[in-house]
Amino acid sequence: MDYFLELFLGGLTRGSIYALIALGYTMVYGIIGLINFAHGEIYMIGAFTALIVISVLTLMGMNTLAILVIAGVIAVIYSSAYGYTVEKIAYKPLRNAPRLSALISAIGMSLFLQNYVLLAQTSDFLPFPCLIPDFEFMEPYAHIIGSTEIVILITTAVVMVLLTIMIKFTKIGKAMRATSQDKTMAMLVGINVNRVISVTFIVGSATAAIGGVLIASHVGMINFYVGFIAGIKAFVAAVLGGIGSIPGAVLGSFILGWTESFATGYVSSDYEDVFAFLFLVLILIFRPAGILGRSEKYKI
Amino acid sequence: MLKLKNVQTFYGNIQALKDVTIEISEGEIITLIGANGAGKTTTLMAVCGIVPPRSGEISFMGEPITGMEPDKIVSLGICQVPEGRRIFPYLSVAENLDMGAFLRNDRAEIKKDMEYVFDLFPILAERRHQAGGTLSGGEQQMLAISRALMARPRLLLLDEPSLGLAPLIVKQIFEILIKINAENNTTIFLVEQNANLALKVAARGYVMENGRITLTDLSENLLANEEVKKAYLGF
Repeated sequence: MDYFLELFLGGLTRGSIYALIALGYTMVYGIIGLINFAHGEIYMIGAFTALIVISVLTLMGMNTLAILVIAGVIAVIYSSAYGYTVEKIAYKPLRNAPRLSALISAIGMSLFLQNYVLLAQTSDFLPFPCLIPDFEFMEPYAHIIGSTEIVILITTAVVMVLLTIMIKFTKIGKAMRATSQDKTMAMLVGINVNRVISVTFIVGSATAAIGGVLIASHVGMINFYVGFIAGIKAFVAAVLGGIGSIPGAVLGSFILGWTESFATGYVSSDYEDVFAFLFLVLILIFRPAGILGRSEKYKI
Repeated sequence: MLKLKNVQTFYGNIQALKDVTIEISEGEIITLIGANGAGKTTTLMAVCGIVPPRSGEISFMGEPITGMEPDKIVSLGICQVPEGRRIFPYLSVAENLDMGAFLRNDRAEIKKDMEYVFDLFPILAERRHQAGGTLSGGEQQMLAISRALMARPRLLLLDEPSLGLAPLIVKQIFEILIKINAENNTTIFLVEQNANLALKVAARGYVMENGRITLTDLSENLLANEEVKKAYLGF
């Protein structure tokens, strides 16, 4: 039973990280109908920024928890700036171009950012310090779940709640939903659609950066390529849940996390990805729009 | 109030509007009639900044608005009830109305206006928590008009409000448009295929053919015009 619980919580943790990244994919897709392939790189840049900040602050001899918070905040700001800029440079000029053009531009941006970090930093794996201390009250449960995992779960939950409140109740949140449902009509009621799109990229990048810092601290190392792999997984999760749907992205992420965790635990870690993608294929056969996705139906 | 002068618009290489000149004074109801594909919708989209003109001038209250961003144009008091109603299907009725008031920040007044539109269309009050996409066609049209009213427009553009609706509902909606015009002095620019109806409501009319204004006159004269009768009134 403990083993099952361990795998369950491990899957939940994994799922949380996927969810933090998948949100960015699904929100951007919901608003401009684009798969932002550079999104994984934003996550990677978040992790790298945090690493740089951590290195500097550690040299200054600061308290580790304070370092983590400061590094997280700076990573969020930095990644958001990158997300915002990527949209302005690579997608906005193609707003009225065929969808394929923007998609190719997204892939180009992804490769560009990877190579930029490769050149500016290094191609080697860099150790990422684990800054989350082992909490004393977690001692009795240490064989099931670690302190880092708890921090990941709580942080994700807080981010999700804040995001839900924002989308459901704030003016900008409603404007985001309106824009995703009918962009022209959104303009006709006076919504500045370009601003809404920018905000979407900023919010998506910020959650990805939080995910980046958390997973890096969990795994303990990063390189320029981590964004690509995590990005693909999160993209799968978003499609699984129904791309464009925010609850769908979260649900898809948890399902993917659990699938991987249980497959690794009960079968073999070699088959982790096989099960994840098998699940995706099955879901798409029976529910092509994803678990919570809406098939396009409009009343005329 | 609104002036279009020699407006030309293009979709790619295809010219949609050719030298369109239209003038509306404050408090007026005017109509633009014409066949499918004549350019009526494009005319409204040009005014709202969605399809900016390639040449020509559009001005509102004496100020040029040609090439302005759509949200700036809305903030001047120009609101459109577009063709097909374009309700936000997954937002509730109340949220759709909130979106209509997007550029306003006076909460108390917004609430008052919401009561006002619920007064005009009581069915919307009943359905306020329902998703917009679940409403019937007539209810959606009422919601679309209400959403536009939430912005307190000085000029209301309506694109085929009668399309696909039962005659009784059409009658109700047109009565309310006349009421809005009379009570709030809201100027109304009505685009219609149902020329008979439109010319009875409006004081003046413009006739559009292939992107060109071919005729303009008082509604009573247009209703009596042999050409218009043959082409648009069906007798």
